[in-house]
Formats: sequence, C-alpha cells, structure tokens
Amino acid sequence: MLQDIIIVLAIMILGMGIGLFIGNRPKVIKIVGVLTSFSIFLLLFLLGIGVGTNDRIINNLHSIGLQALILTLGAILGSLVCAWATYKFFFKKTN
Amino acid sequence: MKGSLIILSFFVLGLILGLTRFLPDTLLEGDFSIYALYLLMFLVGIGIGTDRDSWKVIRQVNFKIVLVPLSVIVGSLIGVSAVSILLSSINFGEAMAVGAGFGYYSLSSVIITEFHSETLGVIALLSNIIREVITLLATPFFVRYFGKLAGIASGGATAMDTTMPIIVQYSGKEYAIIAVFSGIVLTIFVPVIVPLILQFL
Repeated sequence: MLQDIIIVLAIMILGMGIGLFIGNRPKVIKIVGVLTSFSIFLLLFLLGIGVGTNDRIINNLHSIGLQALILTLGAILGSLVCAWATYKFFFKKTN
Repeated sequence: MKGSLIILSFFVLGLILGLTRFLPDTLLEGDFSIYALYLLMFLVGIGIGTDRDSWKVIRQVNFKIVLVPLSVIVGSLIGVSAVSILLSSINFGEAMAVGAGFGYYSLSSVIITEFHSETLGVIALLSNIIREVITLLATPFFVRYFGKLAGIASGGATAMDTTMPIIVQYSGKEYAIIAVFSGIVLTIFVPVIVPLILQFL
C-alpha cells in the first residue's frame, strides 16, 4: 500500500511540475479542469457501483450516515475552537 | 453547491446500477479505478501547478495567515479523534483519515476507498459533504460565537470556492484572501495527509 501511495503522490507532483511549466494558458487550464471533473464523476460513479453491490454497506447505510454526521460535528467543532483561539490571540486586536 | 449535486448524482447513479445489478460483469470485476485515481491525481497536480493566482496568494502571506489552515488541520483531527470514542466501529486512525478530508469530499473519499475500504470511503464522502452543507447553513451562527475565522475553519478546503461567498458575507471582504489561502493549503494537503494517515493506521 505504501508503494501505491508513493506512486499517487509522485504522479501528483509530476503534474504540478508540468503545470508550473505550462503556466498561464487558459485553454489548457480549461481542458484540465473539464477532465478533472470527468475523472471525479467517473470515480464517484464507480464508488456508487461498489457500494450498491456491497451488501454490508447497503444493510448498514443508516448507521454509516450517523457515523459520518458525528465525525463531521467533531471535525467542525474542533476547527471552530482552534480558529476561535487563533482569532482571539492573533487577529482580533489588529483588526 | 451545484457541483456537489452533480457529483452526488453520479454516485447515486452508480449506486442504483449496482443495487439493480444492471451492469456487465467486466465493469464489476475489473479494478481500473486505481488508474482513474492516477489520472485524477495527475490532473489535480496540473491544476495546482497552473494556478498562478494561488501561488501568488501563497507568496504574499505572513506568519499569521499560516495559523488559519493550521488551526483547521489541528482542530479537525483532534475533533474527529475525540468523537471516535463514541463510534464502536471506527478507530482513531480511520476517524482521522475521514477528518483529514477537510470538506474535500471527492478526493478524500476516492483515496480512502482505494487505500482502505469502500465503507470508510462512503463515510468520508458523506461526512465531507455534510461539512460543506453545515458551513453553508450555519456560518452566520458560527461567526457570532467563534469569531470571524469561524466560517473559514468550518468550510475547510471549500473556503476557497463553494463556501467562500457566505464566509465573505458574514466575516467581511478582508477575510476573502484568508479564506482562499486556507482553502488552497488544505486542498493541497488532503492528498498528502489522507494517505499518510491511512499508512499509519
């Protein structure tokens, strides 16, 4: 798995290098944007198929939804508390 | 918001086709999603590389602004770790991988599906979509009780695009640049942090 992760990150960094090299070419950027959207659509479509054919997920969908909600509330509340401290100590006075 | 609905509809379409088994077997058995992920990561990389405005924003920042995405990273990871105690079927590391999506649901769910499991991938998808929706709905409330960085913190990676209008509306125009910066940093960090967390599960 580590190998796969390194491959994925290396591919992204390669893309960033190419992107920096290409620079500001609106036409290319537009095409890349469209292709990005389509590959996201494809992957989420495939995830949908995987989930639909996975009985363990389908039978526990309500519990999965609840777990997702609880995790979200934790993430948001944690972020809010940290951002509040950052705001209070570093941003508030100078503004 | 429109983008989320389109993405969600592709997921639901796949879900329906999967449920009804209305599919050729090759599509079910072939594991080509890893190649689609490679393509996506390559394109995401190019997108980041060509985004001159983002690089300009990053170059202009001072020390203080760096604290904003840092707060979101630390806060999200501590928050999900804390609530993972309530969830019997999700361990500490799995919760952190979901939290490290910072609202970037498409990429985080795909990476988690590929490197961990479909179940956790779906949790990441739902959780990070919910993060965007809650930010859109509750930013006025968050800003009142947690200060002007609250919308940016709640929005996470989405603060640079989908949730930016509501953030600017309730925190003020001077927070737009901070929102964009924080969103960019988190967006770049998602494909790095999520696999790292999964590696050390």
